[in-house]
This record gives sequence, C-alpha cells and structure tokens, in this order.
Amino acid sequence: MTITDRQQLAYIAGQAADARLNLELETEGMVLNIGPQHPATHGTLRVIVRLDGEQVVAAEPVMGYMHRGYEKLTEVRTYPQVTTLINRIDWLGSFANEVPFILAAEKLMEVEAPPRAQWIRTILFELSRIANITLFLGDMAAQLGALTPVFYAFRDREYILNQIEAVTGGRFHPNFDRIGGLKDDLPKGWGEETKGALRKLSEFCDIMENLVLGNEIFAARTRGIGVIPADVAQAYGLSGANLRASGVDFDLRRDNPVGLVYDKVDWKVWTHPDGDSFARYWVRLQETREAIAIVEKLLDGIPAGPVMAKVPRIIKVPAGEAWVETENPLGAMGYYIVSKGDLTPFRVKIRSASFNNVAVAPWVLRGVYVPDVITILASLYFILGDIDR
Amino acid sequence: MSSTEVEVGPAVDEQRTALVATLSTKLGSALVGSHIRPGDDLWIRVTVDAWADTFRMLRDAHGLKFFNWLSAIDWMPSPFGRDMDAEVDSILQGKVAKAPEPTVTGYAGGDTRFQVLGRLHNLADRWGITIKADIPDDTLTVPSIISVFVGANWHEREVAEMYGIDFAGHPDQRKLYLPTGFEGYPLRKDFPLLARRIKPWPGIVDVEQMPGDDEPEEAAAED
Repeated sequence: MTITDRQQLAYIAGQAADARLNLELETEGMVLNIGPQHPATHGTLRVIVRLDGEQVVAAEPVMGYMHRGYEKLTEVRTYPQVTTLINRIDWLGSFANEVPFILAAEKLMEVEAPPRAQWIRTILFELSRIANITLFLGDMAAQLGALTPVFYAFRDREYILNQIEAVTGGRFHPNFDRIGGLKDDLPKGWGEETKGALRKLSEFCDIMENLVLGNEIFAARTRGIGVIPADVAQAYGLSGANLRASGVDFDLRRDNPVGLVYDKVDWKVWTHPDGDSFARYWVRLQETREAIAIVEKLLDGIPAGPVMAKVPRIIKVPAGEAWVETENPLGAMGYYIVSKGDLTPFRVKIRSASFNNVAVAPWVLRGVYVPDVITILASLYFILGDIDR
Repeated sequence: MSSTEVEVGPAVDEQRTALVATLSTKLGSALVGSHIRPGDDLWIRVTVDAWADTFRMLRDAHGLKFFNWLSAIDWMPSPFGRDMDAEVDSILQGKVAKAPEPTVTGYAGGDTRFQVLGRLHNLADRWGITIKADIPDDTLTVPSIISVFVGANWHEREVAEMYGIDFAGHPDQRKLYLPTGFEGYPLRKDFPLLARRIKPWPGIVDVEQMPGDDEPEEAAAED
C-alpha cells in the first residue's frame, strides 16, 4: 500500500478541521475525552476523539501537560549537567537516554571511551531496555482487563532495577554515563548476580508468552487492529518495535552501532509483517528475550582496563555539529548538538522516539472502535516524558 | 589527543562526495552549501524556495523515505551574554556584562538569523542526511513539507510555536505544547530564561561542605 501526497494532505487537513470542530463543540457526534488522567496513557496524554456511534471519526492527541522545555534548559547547563536533565525524558529506561547525548559530545571532542566502558555501557543500555519493556509486556495486558500480568511485570522488573542500582546507585535515574567513559566500575560479583536476575526475566518472558500471547481474548482484541503499513510508518518516522512490527528491518543497534559493542556478539533483529497491535507486542517480547541473550553474552567478555578515558576536568566541546542516535527501548532517540566551543551547548535538538510514534495516532485511530483506541495506544507504547520533553 | 583508541575515518569520503556532486547537478543553484564529515555524516544547505522540492527529490530518487525530524536554529548570540553568566553571578563576582559575541553559523554555512533543518534516512542502505535552509529574516516563512512527509505535521507545529516561523501550506498551525494564549517564542535566543537570570549558577552549590568534612584538604583532594 502506498500513500500519495494528496492523501497525506487530506489526512492532515481532515484532522485539523475535525479538531477545530471538536474544540468549538459544534459537532453532532459525541466528543469523548480520553485523559489527561487515564490509566491507559502512562501519564498525562489527552486524546480527544470524535465518535459516530462506537466508531472514531477523528482522534487528536493533545500534548504539553508535561512539557519541561529541555531544549531550552540544556542551553544553560554545562555538558556534564545535561545528563541529569535528559535522564527524565524516558523515565523507565533512563540510562539509555544519556548514551546518545554523551556519544554526540564525544564525537565532537574526538574522545572515545575505553573498551571496558563501552561494554558496560552496552550492558546497562540493554538492562534499561529490559526494565522498560518488561513493564510494557505486563501493562498491555492490563489495558485489556487482565490485571495479573502487570503484577508479574512489576515484580520481575525489580530484579533488573536492583542490578542497575547496584552499579549506579539509582533505580530510575542513574546519571552514570560520563563524557569519556563511566563514573565507576562494576561492583564485585555483579556479573553472576545479573545472570541470576536475567534467568528470572527469561521465565517472565515465558509466562507472558503463555499468559498473554497464547490468550484467545488477547489475540481477538489485537490481531488486525491498528494496522500501520510500512510506508506510513516511515513517513511518520516511527521507530523501534513499532517500525519493526510493520515489517521494516531497521535497528540502530545493528545498523549504526556507534560507541557501543553490539557488533561483538551475535544476535537477531526481530520483525513481524503484520503491523497490527499483536505484532507490536510480539516483537517486543522477542526483543526482550534477545536483550537478555545479548547481556548474557556480553557479561562473559567484558575486557579489563580503565572505565574512563583521559578527558579534561572542565569539559569544553569544540565548535561543530553532531548527530548521534541510538536504538532506545522506545525507538530511535538522538541528539543534534550544536556547539560553539563553550562550556554549554549552543543548541540541542532532542529527537525522542515517542513523539514520532504517537504522531501516527490520528492516522491509525481513524475508523476504529472505542475499545480499540485503548489497545492501539497501549501497543504503540509511549512514555509521556518522551513525547513532551 | 592522548587516547590511542581514536579511530580515524577515511580522510576522503568518496561516496558522499559523489552524492553531493549528483545533488549539485540536480538542484543546480538551489544547493548553496554542503559539509561532509568523512565516513560519518553529510549536511547540505538549499535555498528556502527549494526546501520542499529537495525533500521530495531525496525521498523519490535517493530512497530517503524515513522522516526522522525537523527543527530550527536561532543563530543569534544571546543578547544576555553567555547564559551561564547570570546577572547574579556577575554582581557577586564583580564582573561587567559581556558584549554579545559575533554570529557564527555552523556546517554548510548560513546567512540569516534562523535556519530550518531536517533529517532523513535511507533505511535500506543505512545512511542519513541533514538538510538546512536559511529563512528570510523579513518573512520568516518556509514551505511546509507535510505534502511530502506527513510526519512533519507535529514537528512543524513545534517549530512554529517555539520560533515563530510560519510554514506556508500547513493547514493547522495551532500550538502543540504551549497554552493557546502564550506570548513569545521560547527557543529564540532573546527569550530570557528567567530562572537563570535571578539564580546563581547551580555549580556553586557543589563547594558547600558536607557534614563531617572537617578538614578542608579532604574535600579538596577528592577528584
């Protein structure tokens, strides 16, 4: 399926007209506000849907309830201070937020972290992914009314958070990555403990496979619902599992492994041809398993050596522009840093995955039934902090 | 650099150089600048009139189907001096306010205060490109690219509210994040960040002594 320019324009013009009608409340259909406080939105996203009976005529996400202006704030922070802020973008996989920013700064400074730091970075990066997606795997079922999986998810996520805390001192906001390496080395015996935690998560994945994917009701509610064709996904800039569930074989861990050591181990990129809600769940489940396997392999091969390169104590980044993006739990996340050789960045453009991933919502929600709105939004999997920045 | 781990990319990037030559013949005088970081990345700058057509051409002819993001830059140096030097700091340290620095633009050049920039990717061949365009200071108008990439819709709304740039042909330029009645354009350099104007630089807090740190040498020795 391809979409023509005219169709694309019509979608946007249609949405705009519908949204204006909604706001003025001059509609004959029913206007339903989902949010800003709704359990299915992981934060304060408000979706205005205009209904014709049970069918959605137009859906308009309203953001900004959690806009914190990070792009402005980064301009008055030194480079090491910025990581504290950007930790809070995707708060379920915080460490992963720091990495692309640090890598972009390192690129401008022409510094490279020592091999050991790169390995530990990659391990922590994948642990963030597991902690993040674990919650999705449980939560998606909760959106469909099955409350058990979400308790499993919260219980088992804790094993990973404990391991992150053991290294970084923070369960949610590690602030552990530094320009030129990492703040500290791993504690003694951490590798073995982590393998134990990963076994628990591996069991969790098996439970979810039986409990959720094997569930008839789950399949009926998700199969063929919210289909996003590959063309649409690319035009909207969808990334991560949302893109791969539409059959596009794209993973920055494999395609652009800058500064991380994904090329040192064998692993597989999972895709699904269907592009529906079921596919998005399925891909994320496989990816969690893959991430567990990646960490297990990486743990066996951590090279010895320092975890910090020689960098000046006061960090001034040379003038220039750099763009680095990595495959974060929610999708491609990147930072475009413009430096003028100062202590602070001149401009930082934050490309967060959820912003693009949710932008497709008006397109995909058009014509679906009300209960499916919740399923589709849950399967797109966004974090509000990652949309609003 | 003392580190031996630094990998030096190829000094000449033949693929990207050839690509720039191809784009140059296609775009003609619309291509006004380019910058190559060998083995890594590519920037081009086009005239604002060719902005939408360039995206369409890159999508159709070069497989750059993945729309990554669109944003803008305000190249004017902050009229408040470096934003790190809050007025409070200057008063505390007895400094005089600095004169604004000269305007310097980044890769691929630039002649105007505002530039709009976008990023596209070719997922099959794994490369990307950053496209820039100068925005005329008098009109602050750019052609919208939503007819090429529908995903640019929200990005253009964000830029419009943050920089006050008008996207010609965009049917729906309501504010995205900010309240409807918000005045001013927050990401412009002359929009003051009030918290930084009235509070001392947060780094100063670090030199406070912790309880138990009786000897100042210990605190100083910690790297």
